[in-house]
Amino acid sequence: MSEELFYVGRRVPKLDAPAKVTGQVVYGHDMKLPRMLHGKILRSKHAHARILNIDTSRAKALPGVKAVITAEDTPEIRIGWARDHPVLKSGKVRSIRDEIAAVAAVDEYTAQEALELIKVEYEELPGVFDPEEAIKPGAPIIHEEAPNNIQEKMRQSYFHGDVHQGFVESDVVIEDRLRLPFVTHCCMGTCFCLASFSPSGDLTVWSSTQMPFLYQRDLSMALGIPATKIRVIKVTMGGAFGSKLDMYPFEPICILLAQKTGCPVRITFTREEEFIASPTRQPVICDIKSGAKKDGTLMARQVSMILDNGAYSSWGATTPLVMMQSISSLYRVPNVKYDVVVAYTNNLYSGAMRGYGNPQATFVIECHMDMLAHELGMDPMQFRLKNANQPGDVTGQGVKITTCGLTECIERAADSVAWVEKRAKPGNRGVGMAAMIHVGGGARIYPSDGCGSTVKVDDYGKVTLVTGSTDMGQGSETVLAQIVAEELGVPVENVTVINTDTDITPWDVGAHASRTTFIAGNSARLAAADAKGQILEAAAQNIGEDVEDLDMKDGKIFRKGEPEEWIPFAKMVRSKHFRPDGDVILAKGWYEPPTERQDKEFRGNISATYGFAAQAVEVEVDTETGEVTVLKIAAAHDVGRAINPMAVEGQIHGGVSMGLGYGLYEELVVQEGEVLNPNFADYALPTALDMPPIESIIIETDDPAGPFGAKGMAEPACIPTAPAIVNAVYDAVGVRIRDLPITPEKVLNALKEKEAR
Amino acid sequence: MELEGARAMVSLTMTLNNEEVTIEVGPDALLVDVLRDQLELTGTKEACGEGECGACTVLLDGEPVTSCLVPALKAQGREVMTVEGLASGGELHPLQKAFIEHGAVQCGYCTPGMLMSAKALLDKNPHPTEGEIRQAISGNLCRCTGYVKIVEAIEAASED
Repeated sequence: MSEELFYVGRRVPKLDAPAKVTGQVVYGHDMKLPRMLHGKILRSKHAHARILNIDTSRAKALPGVKAVITAEDTPEIRIGWARDHPVLKSGKVRSIRDEIAAVAAVDEYTAQEALELIKVEYEELPGVFDPEEAIKPGAPIIHEEAPNNIQEKMRQSYFHGDVHQGFVESDVVIEDRLRLPFVTHCCMGTCFCLASFSPSGDLTVWSSTQMPFLYQRDLSMALGIPATKIRVIKVTMGGAFGSKLDMYPFEPICILLAQKTGCPVRITFTREEEFIASPTRQPVICDIKSGAKKDGTLMARQVSMILDNGAYSSWGATTPLVMMQSISSLYRVPNVKYDVVVAYTNNLYSGAMRGYGNPQATFVIECHMDMLAHELGMDPMQFRLKNANQPGDVTGQGVKITTCGLTECIERAADSVAWVEKRAKPGNRGVGMAAMIHVGGGARIYPSDGCGSTVKVDDYGKVTLVTGSTDMGQGSETVLAQIVAEELGVPVENVTVINTDTDITPWDVGAHASRTTFIAGNSARLAAADAKGQILEAAAQNIGEDVEDLDMKDGKIFRKGEPEEWIPFAKMVRSKHFRPDGDVILAKGWYEPPTERQDKEFRGNISATYGFAAQAVEVEVDTETGEVTVLKIAAAHDVGRAINPMAVEGQIHGGVSMGLGYGLYEELVVQEGEVLNPNFADYALPTALDMPPIESIIIETDDPAGPFGAKGMAEPACIPTAPAIVNAVYDAVGVRIRDLPITPEKVLNALKEKEAR
Repeated sequence: MELEGARAMVSLTMTLNNEEVTIEVGPDALLVDVLRDQLELTGTKEACGEGECGACTVLLDGEPVTSCLVPALKAQGREVMTVEGLASGGELHPLQKAFIEHGAVQCGYCTPGMLMSAKALLDKNPHPTEGEIRQAISGNLCRCTGYVKIVEAIEAASED
């Protein structure tokens, strides 16, 4: 990129930061509307039970209660992509979080009191809580439609090459079973919904959704309200991380309560409810077999997984599609086989969480790469380098790798922790690493992976970008403002961004798959280029020049190569406006990435480019207590180009801390379907004292398909951290942890076992 | 009737963000609810209701407290400061400026509590070490930032 950039690549502070540091920004939880009621949901006491009777009479009689609803009062509504999830349960409950009744009352206390007055009679049923047990013949049946407890739509088999031949040709073959636990997003702002009907029946929903347009469709399908009568406005949200990708029962419930009462109704979750009733990252039981030649050439990888879907299907059930990409395409592997079964259990149901299956897939691959390297007697870093993906590769699954900084990521991360000096040294310190591949140019899982934008320039030079994309706090507004400022050639201070109001903003598939900078960035850039063309055209007419000879930078219009003599751009906007045939500057951009949907064998290039990363860590293990201390994390990420390096670092830091939590601390303890630790005292999020120094290493590969070279990078930061820590623990003390989190107890047990051998 | 008697409102006078206020509150009202619902100071966030996440941190006579655990009447005759009171005379507090400039804010839900814990620290210890900063905000959870830029921002503000 030889051209001088004014706003791209700058550490521009987030546009919303001043409102956030002064407490002025309004989150959903801060919203009140006149006559607004508070909704609360009664959930099941049992993980699996028949509902014999629900008596709401005492709740209905409580002063202040405006409505009580159960499945009886509402049409049967089944939500989720598999339509297996009734919003309010009748007949039976299938997990502890199940919604049985809901109340709208004048305040939260009254609503809570009313819940306590609802009497439910149950007949307990035997439950099944282990996905392996669930798919055995004779296990309790969770859904009559799926008597084998398997979500058949997600039973998948993928292969490329010939994995048996690959193992035959390998000199070293290893096999292991690895497991991953329930974890959850822990957004600081809990789930929120506010619904209001106009007298003419138009519904406005203020929501913390990450995908407003699919949400609008889902609400319409669930409630039978035409989508033309639904307006979705995204409120400022307290974190998302994938948790707001789907519509959950509380949202149709909130709308039903508003419909029934004729008043606006707001539902917010308590923290305990957030732990129990918002989705989780799905637990995985994984058998993995890997083979390589003596010289370190990777020959074959076979992975078989059972996923705990919980009682209902949300996006969690579809994560094998993302896992498959890493299993087929992380490193050059000529022979791959992947089989997956998604099992219903009476546990919490699983959703989308940062990485969408990739943290689990990368965990098993990268632990096994490390184990294989040790079997081969190779340095795990050299083993990775030997097999690393390279620009121009097309993988067995049809993944077309264009720009690829994987080799540089591995080398730079290793250097940062002094890999060569510190690896395989005596004592109880060690180093480990893990790498990853993830979509970086959108992900075509829906017929359109596009995003629309408009750019309006007013008479004073104020530029308004209206984008279909959604800012969840990650800062996409700011990054898009920088892209518009750069392309249009105006100061970034002139740019305002409006996002996520389905009555106003053009369509976008949603904030998922780390796609916003790439897809919405390309879209905003197209709209800005169009607006710039219109302004330069007006200038050319006004001053009698050829439009090709003019350019605009930093709000100044000048003859190309003569930037000293200029006119302010707003003056030219007015020149177009204030004339008999005048017009306003209003431009549109629509970007649809050049990608394809997968075929029936799961082959196809679903992303316009791919992100790569490697993280290396140094740990110290206390062999007396089993405690693992991470001393440093080096995170090297191929981001294409950092539009805003400060925001990129922020994503890396936050992702690494989520990855560190996954590795060392976090586990939602679910026993017989019940959550034993639904609070921050017992579910251990990393605190400021737990975070080691993080060195963010930004690798810029200048992707030709990305806006100013950028590609997606936000999910990747949380993906390689946990396996890197596991691998470092092995380097430190020679024990292999096969399931997360790496608790002191597991380390001590492994050390004892090692001694016994 | 007894219940109603027990819930009779009580007068609370406190100095809130440097101004004296008097309001009627329930005897068992929590400070966070009085601030957010009655006084519409919604800058203070509630994210767990159990004093474990720090989002609702305010200063009570200069000491950081989790306002979701503090009965409002504990503030009787005392000084309460919330995030709305940090800026003065139209000028942002150095901590607020540093949080903006150093990228310490993402979703922002933890930010008000984080700022109040940091203010309490800097008021007592204007030049803390990194370890002291981490200790001071160890009760404030953040899911977005890994705390890196928050610590950097507090360090930067302490150098002003």
